[in-house]
Amino acid sequence: MMTDIHAYLAEFDDIPGTRVFTAARARKGYWLNQFCMSLMKPQNRDRWKADETAYLTDWPMSVAQKAALLARDYDRLLELGGNIYFLAKVFSTDGLSFVQAVSTMTGMSVEDYKAMMIAGGRSPVGIRSRTEDR
Amino acid sequence: MARITAGLATSHVPAIGAAIDNGKTDEPYWRKVLDGYQWTQAWIAREKPDVVIVVYNDHASAFDMNLIPTFAIGCAETFAPADEGWGPRPVPIVENNADLAWHIAQSCILDEFDMTMVSGITVDHGLTVPLSLMFGQPDAWPCKVVPLAVNVVTYPPPSGNRCWRLGEAIARAVASFPEDLNVQIWGTGGMSHQLQGARAGLINQPWDKAFLDDLTNDPERLRRMSHIEYLREAGSEGIELVMWLIMRGALGPDVRELHRHYHVPASNTAVGHIVLEKHP
Repeated sequence: MMTDIHAYLAEFDDIPGTRVFTAARARKGYWLNQFCMSLMKPQNRDRWKADETAYLTDWPMSVAQKAALLARDYDRLLELGGNIYFLAKVFSTDGLSFVQAVSTMTGMSVEDYKAMMIAGGRSPVGIRSRTEDR
Repeated sequence: MARITAGLATSHVPAIGAAIDNGKTDEPYWRKVLDGYQWTQAWIAREKPDVVIVVYNDHASAFDMNLIPTFAIGCAETFAPADEGWGPRPVPIVENNADLAWHIAQSCILDEFDMTMVSGITVDHGLTVPLSLMFGQPDAWPCKVVPLAVNVVTYPPPSGNRCWRLGEAIARAVASFPEDLNVQIWGTGGMSHQLQGARAGLINQPWDKAFLDDLTNDPERLRRMSHIEYLREAGSEGIELVMWLIMRGALGPDVRELHRHYHVPASNTAVGHIVLEKHP
């Protein structure tokens, strides 16, 4: 049975607090994500750490993408086409874990976020669907 | 002839690998994650598989935005661990059974699954953390490993039904390989977790447990599950669970659950693990 791609994609916008990495986002974030990949090489990590702004001049990204990278604004970077597994190269280079980096997108402190995870995580109740309120 | 004898599934949380590599396994936080694998370590030491086919996803390590294969099978002789931003994991090189890998690739293509054959790649935590969980910290992995990478990062990933049918095709391919080999297939990733946005930290224990139950009770429900259900119920990264269905499809209709483990959390993630035995 053929799935209608338009209906398939439209449903994703109904999930609160979530940006599904669709083709549209992948296209928008192409250079942002490729920049992130460059940090898998130790010599590039050294160059990035030495002068972040200078390192970014080599990459054809938007001003907004570069500003969000310098600010480590991961929520904004997702909005601008970044993907978390690519962005992980940036926060790994900073010496941060997934918990430390991901918690910055939730408005919670790292300690409160960790405590929430140990208590069983964030409940899906009420955040499954914008339109259906369930 | 080669035969698939068993399958297992496990989460592949990178922090578990870091805990093992950095000697933190005696900490109570990690013991609760790792104790549930002791049964499997003893079991697999008795089973002695010759080859495991590890179904995993690459996390922007070997594949970047330039190349996004839906199903890629590793066909080189060896694969080194990837440098994911903090240096490669100190784990053994993965040794493939390249004859079997190429045989599966060729057979699946003739069976109408258009696999991508890859050689010059490194393997990231998606593949190496499950090996550490089942085999501990040996000097060399005790069996050959066929990497099978699935795109679950850039949408759309393959449907659950497509994954199931690929598993069936892999089982047919293995069954026509002339060498006498004990082969296992592992599905990795999951369970519920979300690593992004305001909903990060989402965990859905009842949903995860129903998923574990239905690998034996009602696999047809899992096979028909839409991507939107995974996203709503198990979080944006919970979609990795479609990879478990490649394992489940490869085992055929009649399976028996031998062991299971479920714990929240490891890092941001619900850890799920199940061992299934294939009945002829």
